[in-house]
Amino acid sequence: MKLLVCISKAPDTTTKISFTDGDSKFNEVGVQFIVNPYDEWYALVRALELKEANGGTVTTITVGGGNNDPVIRKALAIGADDAVRVDAEPTDALFVAKQISAYAKEQGYDMILCGKETINYNGSQVGGMIAELLNLPYISLASKLDVNGNVATIERDVQGGLEVLEVSTPFVASCSKGMAEQRIPNMRGIMAARTKPLNVVSAIEAQKHTEVVSYTLPPAKSECTFVDAENVEELINLLHNEAKAI
Amino acid sequence: MSVLVFADSNNGKLLKSVAEVVSYGSKIAGKLGTNCIALTYGEVSRDELEELGNYGASKVLAAKNASSVTANLVVSAANDEGADVIIFSHDGTGKAIAPRVAAKLDAGIVTGVIDYPNTDSGFIVKRTVFSGKAFANVSITSEKKIISLMPNSVGAEATGGSAEVVEYTVDAGETGINVKEFKKKGSEGVLLTEADIVVSAGRGLKGPENWGIIEELAKEMGAATACSRPVADIGWRPHHEHVGQTGIAVRPNLYIAIGISGAIQHLAGVNQSKVMVVINTDSEAPFFKAADYGIVGDAFQVVPKLIEAYKKFKASQN
Ligand SMILES: Cc1cc2nc3c(=O)[nH]c(=O)nc-3n(C[C@H](O)[C@H](O)[C@H](O)COP(=O)(O)OP(=O)(O)OC[C@H]3O[C@@H](n4cnc5c(N)ncnc54)[C@H](O)[C@@H]3O)c2cc1C
Ligand SMILES: Nc1ncnc2c1ncn2[C@@H]1O[C@H](COP(=O)(O)O)[C@@H](O)[C@H]1O
Repeated sequence: MKLLVCISKAPDTTTKISFTDGDSKFNEVGVQFIVNPYDEWYALVRALELKEANGGTVTTITVGGGNNDPVIRKALAIGADDAVRVDAEPTDALFVAKQISAYAKEQGYDMILCGKETINYNGSQVGGMIAELLNLPYISLASKLDVNGNVATIERDVQGGLEVLEVSTPFVASCSKGMAEQRIPNMRGIMAARTKPLNVVSAIEAQKHTEVVSYTLPPAKSECTFVDAENVEELINLLHNEAKAI
Repeated sequence: MSVLVFADSNNGKLLKSVAEVVSYGSKIAGKLGTNCIALTYGEVSRDELEELGNYGASKVLAAKNASSVTANLVVSAANDEGADVIIFSHDGTGKAIAPRVAAKLDAGIVTGVIDYPNTDSGFIVKRTVFSGKAFANVSITSEKKIISLMPNSVGAEATGGSAEVVEYTVDAGETGINVKEFKKKGSEGVLLTEADIVVSAGRGLKGPENWGIIEELAKEMGAATACSRPVADIGWRPHHEHVGQTGIAVRPNLYIAIGISGAIQHLAGVNQSKVMVVINTDSEAPFFKAADYGIVGDAFQVVPKLIEAYKKFKASQN
């Protein structure tokens, strides 16, 4: 089975968010970057499990500059066989999807897995766009994925519940919680990752259609109003009369 | 030119979020001096379709022969109606289809939008980024613009208008997906993502056998139940209750956090709630910094009292 996993880098989940250049750019100074958790914990690990059970290869793909290489090496350390980096600044989701689909087009992947969303932009867009550009079925928010021959059985979150579905390869899926358990790379994996192939390819021409004009931070939260534990009636009173929440 | 709103349904019933997206779309149409058209699929009753006029749709396209939602369905309707703005709800269906529609039309898309666009110069929408820790104002520069609206962002406004319902025949194409089964979640309670009130508990509850008070409080308040990540990971509660950065993001009117420390990853999924109440034994718990109301105390004593107090309050309201 030939698997492609889309990997993006994201600021560590504890990052304090701030902006520069007149609030038009995310301030990366001192920020620790990690593999986007959905891409790593769920998409990549499930792809590796499928490979271990059925044979095949797992390739990762990332659209971005050379500063992505450390997170790509992390994905290789966890167990991917090789990596591709499309050398271009990702301008918007459609730009990224066009790069990935252009690369994947001739490669005959059985499955393209991505994360549910990036934790910085929370777009949930790239996977569906790749599917459309390659004219493949798209299963968003998959929480369980098994394969038998060329048919995959997938569970996904939909409004009000869970859908169990079947789809034939090839397809694109975005992965969310439940799909797999986080794997910590071991020393052997980290050593091996240094010599695994990381192929840098050039980008295709693509226009951007969206642009961040400015960022803002939420207004400072007003102080918490404390209510005595012996006087919960007061809490109900405040929620009703002051906050109008009940 | 027009504004097209995708109005989702499940088993022939429009979803709760539809009133809000249609109302949102009609206000944008008003700003742009054009009409708002709603698109539905499958068998939905005529009464429900006509009701969309009450939220500002001037026309409803009912694609009765389409049994599933595809990019083709939406793109055909957009082309036939000359829609320049296409609106979805940022939920399961929206996430599955809106990006496909954007790729098919080669159009700009912004998902998770939380407010009306600024159309003074260009077309700028506001959305949350960094899991609710910041907002971005994003300009869509393509001619066709696609937006998905975060549920519960602007609310629905009934205007008392009426809509013309037109049957819309279209070759929606195939999804390539064969749905075998639908499992309802939270069958006994309220849906987490649609709940006005969420009662959530963490490791402070000590064990799954202690969730009775949480469920009882939720039931009294008509709330959905949720939990922190470790609680779902150890198996005390089902995974679909896990809220936070790597779980479900919620934005109810009221979020009550019981025995949850308030780690940054947890806050990232709940910080869009309108009002937050925190109950924790530790007055230094970080959650109090994000809370509107706090009680420093033991959940096992405070929650039963809260249940009694709420019951009294409810009785006094009737
Ligand atoms: C990349 C990453 C992603 C993550 N994503 C998420 C996520 O999506 N959601 C999430 O929730 N977490 C997430 N986490 C985990 C997060 O960092 C915290 O570990 C977690 O939220 C803590 O859960 P908790 O508050 O239930 O437990 P604890 O941190 O153990 O807190 C328990 C709290 O209960 C209080 N308490 C104890 N006894 C009582 C009592 N009798 N009555 C009242 N209060 C009591 C304690 O004072 C304490 O504050 C993530 C972590 C990482 C690294
Ligand atoms: N620059 C990128 N390179 C490779 N994959 C990406 C990139 N950006 C996003 N993705 C993938 O697409 C998923 C959804 O991203 P988004 O649509 O930005 O929320 C992520 O979880 C990744 O798997």
